[in-house]
Amino acid sequence: MKYIDEFQDPALARRLLDDIARTVTRPWAMMEVCGGQTHSIIRHGIDQLLPENIELIHGPGCPVCVTPLEVIDKALEIASRPGVVFCSFGDMLRVPGSDRDLFWIKSDGGDVRVVYSPLDALRIAQQTPGRQVVFFGVGFETTAPAIAMAVHQAKRLEVRNFSLLVSHVRVPPAIEAVMRSPDCRVQAFLAAGHVCSVMGTTEYPDLADTYKVPIVVTGFEPLDILEGIRRAARQLERGEHRVENAYPRAVRPQGNPVALSVLREVFTTTDRAWRGIGIIAGSGWRLSDAYRDYDAEHRFDVTCLVTEEPAVCRSGEVLQGLIKPHECAAFGTTCTPRTPLGATMVSSEGTCAAYYLYRRLATPRMEETASVD
Amino acid sequence: MTDITADTEGWSCPTPPRDHPVVVMGHGGGGALSAELTRHLFLPAYGSEALRGLTDSAAVTLGGARLAFSTDSYVVRPLFFPGGNIGDLAVNGTVNDLAMSGAVPAYLSCAFILEEGTKLSTVGRIAQALGAAARAADVTVVTGDTKVVDAGHGDGVYVNTAGIGLIPEGVDIRPQRARPGDVVIVSGPIGQHGIAILSVREGLTFGTEVVSDTAPLAGLVQAMLAVTPEIHVLRDPTRGGLATALNEIATASDTGVILDEGAVPVPEAVATACALLGLDPVYMANEGRLVAFVPRKHADAVLDAMRAHPLGRETAVIGTCVAEHPGMVVARTGLGGTRIVDLPLGEQLPRIC
Repeated sequence: MKYIDEFQDPALARRLLDDIARTVTRPWAMMEVCGGQTHSIIRHGIDQLLPENIELIHGPGCPVCVTPLEVIDKALEIASRPGVVFCSFGDMLRVPGSDRDLFWIKSDGGDVRVVYSPLDALRIAQQTPGRQVVFFGVGFETTAPAIAMAVHQAKRLEVRNFSLLVSHVRVPPAIEAVMRSPDCRVQAFLAAGHVCSVMGTTEYPDLADTYKVPIVVTGFEPLDILEGIRRAARQLERGEHRVENAYPRAVRPQGNPVALSVLREVFTTTDRAWRGIGIIAGSGWRLSDAYRDYDAEHRFDVTCLVTEEPAVCRSGEVLQGLIKPHECAAFGTTCTPRTPLGATMVSSEGTCAAYYLYRRLATPRMEETASVD
Repeated sequence: MTDITADTEGWSCPTPPRDHPVVVMGHGGGGALSAELTRHLFLPAYGSEALRGLTDSAAVTLGGARLAFSTDSYVVRPLFFPGGNIGDLAVNGTVNDLAMSGAVPAYLSCAFILEEGTKLSTVGRIAQALGAAARAADVTVVTGDTKVVDAGHGDGVYVNTAGIGLIPEGVDIRPQRARPGDVVIVSGPIGQHGIAILSVREGLTFGTEVVSDTAPLAGLVQAMLAVTPEIHVLRDPTRGGLATALNEIATASDTGVILDEGAVPVPEAVATACALLGLDPVYMANEGRLVAFVPRKHADAVLDAMRAHPLGRETAVIGTCVAEHPGMVVARTGLGGTRIVDLPLGEQLPRIC
């Protein structure tokens, strides 16, 4: 299949693995920032195939995992109101708030709908003028442009029964937060390719310089990830710390000008809380003043809703790469996808869920070892 | 550079709801929630030994005859989709459940639950399709029922079918009979039905139209049994897909399954759609495919018979039954790594990005 099969070729993967093995002479720890990359690494067993002295640390880039409890509770509050159609991407429906999730609201009579695009939610608003349609705007720089476009269109078309519950987060401040942690072990980053396809790479050279850390923009297929690791390892071995683009088929240095233009018109940066981590300054987006009328928090008066997260799991440490999921005592016992204690176990891109789904059988005894040649 | 205020004292997560006291969509998804509902609510309530096997159809004896007996309800939306409609699905689904016991399906019942306001022409088209599918599957509809519910209390048409068929002498096909060494076979490409439904329900296109694989499999099963009655397990991987079927077999037989991921036939359009939406083809629904666990000594002959049948041309060997990791399905990835292929919780959810 074009653009997928080419990047899963076992023979090419073997060559990259051999090259990585030849390159590394001592242990290195690198972080893949994005949950999609984590999922792909675990799903394809890439971590099992790497030389032992490459450690992959899983980063905070799962938008479902990092959406704060407070925002989930606001979503639940709004979605349970009569006359509201609450639209969301699919994987947010199972994320627990303080005592419920959106599936619960739906089964309790709330009109909660899964949409594949925020523009679908806008269409629902146009088709149901008597009801308030709210879209749950979560995600990194990847989802933000389409969501910005939906609000932009709503304003242009004067669709007044449409609003956004916004909890967008930005990657560069998260990378900085990881690097500034006193316990940080990360020596290189695999930056999220789809984020850079929107934002470009101009935000990264400063970070690479300041923290003396290689940053390699990396895609999501197995060969993309192996190439990212190979380049990061090469820089580490040479003592370099540059930004490299290993995903040129999708990423231009200047990003996507159209997407950036609508982002800058609709959103403005703000401090944002990350679930399990805390507030990271400048790490989020909120609707700009010109679009304040479309802010669901104000329209439904849930701005003051505050919740407190009880200390029962180590999801925050997992999100920052400080521990691996199985190092948490609850992992796989009291905390499973069926009964998640933390958001990293809920989302399919969450590190704990990926480990649970694909790795809880520590060393599966296989009948034979597959050849990759 | 920005100022960082990370609240290290408060790095924690809340305790989410552990159990839903009401029905949620996941209870009908064919995954872990469905299994829990059956195991913890229905089975204790019914107290029937015959149900314990949790097979697609029950094998019962009546008047000396071994019968397979099965029922299924169809709540598909939309009613008409590429490659089929709720009418032929209601026949093929029940016929296939009977066939998975090795039975020759014979008779069907058919109950319609109609929503007030549904066009009679729609009901007529579905009935016509149902009749045609029954004739194609060589079964006879012998009894039925019609109920109407208020407008707004249904999706136009729901259909329930039940069926009975005769299990031939010497045939004993059940998930419990999987044995280490069995060859795991799938009768064709997976995921087409799930993606066909998704594409029309959500208005998504993936370059090529994906057509449902809905088809009656009794003929294919008979062709397989003509080679040997010693087939251990047959399962049609409907809701929950291939992964769920394999997990159920592994659990029922207390064996492990090694799935050779690269050997699983996935049509390009299905793979593309799944990649775009963050779904896994092994969990997508099928309505015209079967999974077989066949003793190794018969595997080649069974494969030949399947590939000679019109519904089995793209049959593939996808794995092996093993004694290791009982109750678990472990995939060997294309790159040579391994991963667990788990039972899904409920329905698959398209991811954010």
